[in-house]
Amino acid sequence: MSAQTPAIRFTVNGESRTVQVAPMKRLLDVLREDLRLTGTKEGCGEGECGSCSVRMNGELVNSCLVPALQAEGAEIQTVEGLGTRGALHPLQQAFLDCGGAQCGICTPGMLMAATQLLSIKPQPTMAEIREGLAGNLCRCTGFTRIFESVIAAAARAGDPSSQQAAHAR
Amino acid sequence: MGAIAKTRIVGAPVPRKEGVDKLLGRARYVDDIEREGMIYGATVRSTIPRGLIRTIHFDPGIDWEAFTVVSAADIPGKNHIQLIFADQPCLADGVVNHCDEAVLLLAHADKCSLRAAVEAVRIEYEPLPAVLSIEESEKQEVTVWGADNVLKQFLLEKGDVDSVWASAAHIVEGEYRTGAQEHLYIENNGVIAEWSAEAGVTVWGSLQCPYYVHKSLLAVFDLPEDKVRVVQTETGGAFGGKEDYPSTLAAHAALLAKKSGRVVKMVYDRMEDLAATTKRHPSRIRHRTALDVNGKLLAMDIDVATDGGAYSTLSSTVLSRATLHSPGPYVCPNVRVRSHAWATNTVPYGAFRGFGAPQAVFAIERHMDEIAAAICMDPVELRRRNFLHDGDTTATEQVMREPVILDQLLDRALRESDYYAKREQFALRNQSAAVKRGMGIAAFYHGSGFTGSGERYLNSLAGIDVIPEGKVRVLVANTEFGQGTNTILAQICAEAIGLDYGDVIMAPVDTDVVPNSGPTVASRTSMVVGRLIERAGAQLVTMLREHAGLGEQFSREEFFAACERYRAAQGEVKSMCRYEAPPNVFWDDQKYRGEAYPAYAWSIQVAQVAVDTVTYSAELEEFWSVQEVGRVLNPVLAGGQIEGGIAQGIGYALYEKVVLKNGHMANNQMTNYIMPTAEDVPPIHVYFEEIPFQYGGYGAKGIGELPHDGPAPAILNAIRNATGVGFSAIPLLPEDLFVQLAAREQAVEAAVL
Amino acid sequence: MRGNPNAHELIAPGTLPAVLELLANAPGEWTPIAGGTELMVAHAAGRLSMSKLVSLWGIPDLRFIRMSGDGIAIGGGATFRDLRGHAGVAEHLPLLAKAASWIGSIANQSRATIGGNLVNGSPAADSSPALLVYDAEVELVSVRGTRRIPYSEFHTGYKSNAMSADEVLLAVHIPLRFAQHRQYLRKVGTRRAMAISKVALAGSALIEGGVISEIRIAAASLAAFPARLYQTEAALLGKPIVSGTNERAREALLREAKPIDDIRSNAEYRRRVAANLLHEFLSSLHAEVEPS
Repeated sequence: MSAQTPAIRFTVNGESRTVQVAPMKRLLDVLREDLRLTGTKEGCGEGECGSCSVRMNGELVNSCLVPALQAEGAEIQTVEGLGTRGALHPLQQAFLDCGGAQCGICTPGMLMAATQLLSIKPQPTMAEIREGLAGNLCRCTGFTRIFESVIAAAARAGDPSSQQAAHAR
Repeated sequence: MGAIAKTRIVGAPVPRKEGVDKLLGRARYVDDIEREGMIYGATVRSTIPRGLIRTIHFDPGIDWEAFTVVSAADIPGKNHIQLIFADQPCLADGVVNHCDEAVLLLAHADKCSLRAAVEAVRIEYEPLPAVLSIEESEKQEVTVWGADNVLKQFLLEKGDVDSVWASAAHIVEGEYRTGAQEHLYIENNGVIAEWSAEAGVTVWGSLQCPYYVHKSLLAVFDLPEDKVRVVQTETGGAFGGKEDYPSTLAAHAALLAKKSGRVVKMVYDRMEDLAATTKRHPSRIRHRTALDVNGKLLAMDIDVATDGGAYSTLSSTVLSRATLHSPGPYVCPNVRVRSHAWATNTVPYGAFRGFGAPQAVFAIERHMDEIAAAICMDPVELRRRNFLHDGDTTATEQVMREPVILDQLLDRALRESDYYAKREQFALRNQSAAVKRGMGIAAFYHGSGFTGSGERYLNSLAGIDVIPEGKVRVLVANTEFGQGTNTILAQICAEAIGLDYGDVIMAPVDTDVVPNSGPTVASRTSMVVGRLIERAGAQLVTMLREHAGLGEQFSREEFFAACERYRAAQGEVKSMCRYEAPPNVFWDDQKYRGEAYPAYAWSIQVAQVAVDTVTYSAELEEFWSVQEVGRVLNPVLAGGQIEGGIAQGIGYALYEKVVLKNGHMANNQMTNYIMPTAEDVPPIHVYFEEIPFQYGGYGAKGIGELPHDGPAPAILNAIRNATGVGFSAIPLLPEDLFVQLAAREQAVEAAVL
Repeated sequence: MRGNPNAHELIAPGTLPAVLELLANAPGEWTPIAGGTELMVAHAAGRLSMSKLVSLWGIPDLRFIRMSGDGIAIGGGATFRDLRGHAGVAEHLPLLAKAASWIGSIANQSRATIGGNLVNGSPAADSSPALLVYDAEVELVSVRGTRRIPYSEFHTGYKSNAMSADEVLLAVHIPLRFAQHRQYLRKVGTRRAMAISKVALAGSALIEGGVISEIRIAAASLAAFPARLYQTEAALLGKPIVSGTNERAREALLREAKPIDDIRSNAEYRRRVAANLLHEFLSSLHAEVEPS
């Protein structure tokens, strides 16, 4: 261990991990290269596209803009922590049913943003969905079926009448 | 034309074949792949638009021995990227013809050292005069390509246009311009390459057309076909931007792999991808139109000019489609289209969803509204009076033998959007509102598949095989990049045989494994390749019945048992089909006449726009799209294609501007190349009609590109309706609206004072 | 990624005194980094010139929002999400709550801090116009103690400010005296979300007896830094709310504004739209009831 590559410890998807990297290495690169969690993607490197979104300490962040040192002690959730092949997260199931993923490259970040949204607003309005996902660019879907997926996931989780409320603009 | 066949799987919203992996974050895109001993490649690019390379300086502060350095001199075969013509070099050799042209390649194990090395190469040029616009190229004062800067030209003639002007009741002229547009796939271009003396070149990459890449690599490396292998990795969006560009990137990575003896990964970052790779051709289209006293079209004289960039690449075929789509879905006895693709010293323009049609449709559909205004006719009525119907002929003398239901589509679009009621309401409210609203329409077709004899030339081969594990594999070179290739071809296969969707898997898109079923472009996959798979499925069942005792009815178990009997006797269980052209599709490339496309998809789109006179910004409030597409193979995927295409069309119209400074893209970051976000895309309503096309997979025609053709003119027509001002260039930004709207305000103020 | 992580030092002393000591001992050597939403973008573009960075992230002494009887104190390390979630800000400083919702995206709001927004000093800074019309003060801290200056005097030029090399922006103080003021804030961007401002206008006016007794007008992207429009204010102060007042204020703004052409927009558009925004604000003052 040296001052130039301090040991940085944090939790990813419930598992404690320690890495020894330059403190200015991007959290995105730590996840992808050091931890081989390649679900989180790089689309722009400028915090504009959201495909690098992860949840850090209960908040949505663009991991391309987080220096590794600032992840010390953090609890991080990536798409790999969302569901498994045998047990998809309701959002993942909804995206599958409604066509929320086409090429799939924005999907991990989009799922993180949607998860964050539903954690704060379990029955979001359409305006809240649009705002919650505005930082995640999708070039394939035109967002329409992503909105439907979030509405469907929210509906399954809660009140069935939520589907009507969310459709009202 | 037949009724829609009753099917179990085709037409059902089955889930995306590779969807679960994508949702789990397990899908492996090229940058997710690590290989033992892999090193990284980077490109040194030109900083001027045109000039001779005088010297290349390597800063002595770098230990160049530690780097692999590749130049044109290292190319074993031909220094060109084989596409249609072979004018584009793989690496610049002594001369550069556009900014960001690749000159040198570097490789190193450490990405940071690599970056420093790229910065440490300094190229000295002797600049040459550069041509940076269609107008400059047309002047032909400076020749930058061939003898006359003309990459390609066409002349399409029907009847005698010039005989009509003198007697026409109305003549209306207009000029329409479209800007470059960037694909902005969220996954940048990337390739991994490996070289060995035994196996030759292998590349894995984010790409649309493995056999295009294969063909290019044969020329660059002077290798036989079995010594080049191309594998598609999961591809994060393409839209045409990965149709030809990957051939260049693959050659670059492979050259570094050969020289270094290592596996080389080259993945662009966003700034490089934006600056250096292909975009949609900018266009300038002029219309001169004669009509009779009832608003019926008498003559259309059309001049199409595109900017092709520094090398020809796909400019000839883009120009062809633009030419053939420029007259619109209308009957007109006299048509002349003169089209040119001009060379400029900018990054070569390439394929992008629509491929010349968005440009052409923008012009004709804006022009129809200008005509309507000039002759004081309702723009909807003007279109109705001139629509193509069954039995009419197009500008290329193609007889519409398949049904054309534009009237029906229009009726539905008007009804769903409440077009007339809203137009009336808005007209009243606009008089005193700061936000002015309007409705606009666009009517258009999109020719499915390659133009004319293109499919015959491609001569696609596709099919299926059965593996002992009890799965049927679809063998195609067609790629999934979000549009649903895997899903719909598996659906077609399962349906054609009589199995379940889960019984079918896609063979890896690997030129060692799959045949050349043609590129994944031109909205041909469902129609052409789908049909091949449909035939191959039926053919397999016949083979098993004739040679392996499969009964008339059969269960899954019986099917796979018959396959194993067949395998025991024949060695493999495989059913391949070769493309068969539909009858009566004849195209004369010289006269530019005949059946331009075997089938057309038709659409009417309606836009509702709000123009804020405080900020001069136009926003789309709601959008309706009605389309006849032959057969909807999967409603979720088909709907997604229409919505996604419309979103890109909205960007094309109102947000996406490529800012060039001396031929280099100055806004090459996502912060200032603006695409619509989740807050900018309005509710989009999609309605399908289906008239099965006999020669398409289960009746399907193409749909991938169709939806991108209409939004721009529909939106600008709505802006015209809202403001009374006709804008003729896209992207139409608030700063552009401001120029005309503010001028009008000042005129009004002055009049009042 | 064009930056080289190994070319930069980043340390996190963890407390404000430790950071201040570091800055005092080696003035100009260490650059504070909070949420990184500016500096990490430069890093990725290969344009991060500072080699030594000291992290302010997570320092409790910097991340707070405190209400007292007569004011709100917002720590320099408060994120825009913190601002959006604070009931006192929503109730008493609606323009600031609005501006906070416009910063980047949800993910950017989790990390972008008000201190970073001000110290970065972009002429287009989203929080600045609201702070200017709210008479904000910035409190700067160093080993030598604290000092306050009006935020309107904080920016001294394009991307330069009144801070010394050893100072950190400790807090932004805003008095609670705008309950009766008519308030306005509008941003014009390239799209509805994740848009850098082309121009933004904030306004705060106290109307007494049909006359403007107090007025603040501030703008982003009409000068080298976010600034009050003093001449425009002068054309409004003490004037009755009539169309003649609007006209003269508009003329003052058109003269006072000094926007530029850049990659996002052009000067003439910015100037004219700013004038339209002013008109929109002043028109709303005519209304008998609060416009909805």
